[in-house]
Amino acid sequence: MWLYALRRLLLTIPILLGVTIICFALVKLAPGDPIQNLVRPETPPEEVAKLRAYYGLDQPVVIQYFVWLWRVLCGDLGRSIANNALVSEEVVRAFLNTLNIALISVVIAFVASMALGIIAATRQGGAVDKLVTAIAVFGISVPTFWLAVVLVIFFAVNLNWLPATGMGADGSHGFNYFDWNDFKFAVMPIIALALPPLGIMTRTTRSALSEVLNQDFIQTLRAKGLSEGRIIVHAVRNIMPGATAMLGLQLGYLIGGSVLVETVFTWPGTGFLLNKAILTRDIPLLQGTILVLATVFVLINLVVDLAQSMIDPRIKRI
Amino acid sequence: MNQIQTPDLTLAEPARAKAAPFVKVRDLKVKFVSREATVQAVNGVSFDLARGEVLCVIGESGSGKSVMMRSLLRLHPKKRSVIEGSMLVGDNEITTVSDKKMTELRGSTISMIFQEPMTALDPLYTIGDQIAETVMRHQKVDRDAGMKRALELLELVRVPSPERRLKAYPHELSGGLRQRAMIAVALSCNPSLLLADEPTTALDASVQIQVLVLLRKLQRELGMSMIFVTHDLGVAAQIADKVAVMYAGRMIEYGEARDVLVNPQHPYTKAMLASTVKDQHKGEALEAIAGTPPDLRALPPGCSFAPRCKFAVDACRAAMPEPVSDARGHYARCIGVESTGGALRFAAPKPELALAG
Repeated sequence: MWLYALRRLLLTIPILLGVTIICFALVKLAPGDPIQNLVRPETPPEEVAKLRAYYGLDQPVVIQYFVWLWRVLCGDLGRSIANNALVSEEVVRAFLNTLNIALISVVIAFVASMALGIIAATRQGGAVDKLVTAIAVFGISVPTFWLAVVLVIFFAVNLNWLPATGMGADGSHGFNYFDWNDFKFAVMPIIALALPPLGIMTRTTRSALSEVLNQDFIQTLRAKGLSEGRIIVHAVRNIMPGATAMLGLQLGYLIGGSVLVETVFTWPGTGFLLNKAILTRDIPLLQGTILVLATVFVLINLVVDLAQSMIDPRIKRI
Repeated sequence: MNQIQTPDLTLAEPARAKAAPFVKVRDLKVKFVSREATVQAVNGVSFDLARGEVLCVIGESGSGKSVMMRSLLRLHPKKRSVIEGSMLVGDNEITTVSDKKMTELRGSTISMIFQEPMTALDPLYTIGDQIAETVMRHQKVDRDAGMKRALELLELVRVPSPERRLKAYPHELSGGLRQRAMIAVALSCNPSLLLADEPTTALDASVQIQVLVLLRKLQRELGMSMIFVTHDLGVAAQIADKVAVMYAGRMIEYGEARDVLVNPQHPYTKAMLASTVKDQHKGEALEAIAGTPPDLRALPPGCSFAPRCKFAVDACRAAMPEPVSDARGHYARCIGVESTGGALRFAAPKPELALAG
């Protein structure tokens, strides 16, 4: 087990290096020469060359990459072109904002989809099963931006229960889950974010569970005299490796931030930040955001793999 | 009920001496109902089984032998199956006991060994946990006591280095060891009736014999009744006290193992025995039974074997013949079989005679 964990951990290093190469290449592939943008057109070539040397841009690309990588490892992601703010600070703030709603959404989606999936799989073909399927299909197929707008119209405009946009008076500083004055801003984004993963995970839970319930060992468990509840426990444990993988993927997507949901609710998260960076051509900000998100995605998958190998003893890959 | 005295059965004699039937099945019918069709899988089966006796049920695939076994544990999905008749195990009428009582009987009074040791165990639980779970469920003990019992059981079923195997997962064991683990699960709460559904079919030939010998030995030592489903006549000859031959959901011949296997009466039993490898010379063709088993969705009104039977006459196709039995309880369902002088005798029915009768 520990050997597997170590191997799996070591395997993420090349993946992460790959991520940094792609992020670095992003800047190099962007059109335009940064130094030419920096200086006035009439600057003499010697001055330009001096400046180029000052920023290290006269070095071969490989050297530039390692210099950049070293800075990244020291936590320096450069400065935003738009407002000269530290990219690392911007990204971390946006990341925490997104994490605030993404974690709750994914937990709600996971718990609810498990419950709905179990209910549906144990009552296959019945009315409850059909209702659950309808909920799942609704979750998968409803466009989130439309849902977000409908939520705003209903709860903010018509009923005036919840604020329509933003993150509260204090903005992203000191957001407190347990303070309704903060949390009320998060309610609608959470609902809008949770619904698609809820639909997808309900479908997969139901189908995986009904497949497991048809396997031979379920009959053995029944022949042993176990109650239906205990049999469900066995069956659910058997679908957990797949469900964990699904959970990890969905959490990864949500942490990437839903550009649409965060834009509708002007929630200052990663999706919102990415959108801003792209629209203002803020390459360092874009690079830093993508690097952080991709790294988190890789790490989530690492955790998922380790969790899977703990649940299923047959998993000893690599 | 007379017993044939055979020297190799003496061990089981004390258990069989006080034998009032422990299992009493009467006119068992099992139907599977779906929107498209109704499948008559078991079609009026009756038999008795005394404590400590082994009944071997023989038949080809789809003859209803596994279905009959599963109905003794009521494992068929309620919505899609209809069970009629009566199944008495001890004092419990299986067809009518409550669901709660049924789960209490499963694994304790009646337990079952399945055919496929590869898929019959939960892949995510250790062997020890799976045995202990049954013990904990029925004897209301904690996990430590359950594990202790699991270790005893692994020793009982001759699993080498049982302490280590206790912590092993099913995929880490060979087929033979898994089947032993399966047997350990089944025996964990000292069942009175053990149902074995082709427990050796999926195993290597050499392992088959080991498991078979082990099962027979444990059955005698623990004094269990056992119903053993197989399509291997050699296996039946090895372990059976009673043999029942099933065809299309009916028992068409039943009796002491020796009577049925040495002196078969029903044309199907005869044909089946003739189609197995015994003392033939090399290159000599085996006699296969022509045709295929009937469609259980549309059974013929008469003897279900008639379409494949070379002795069949019109009377065979008119109605299912009633069992004809001799003094020792050996019976066959065939109009050609007569009971004369305390023994069954088969004579090919003459068409006009059968019509007149």
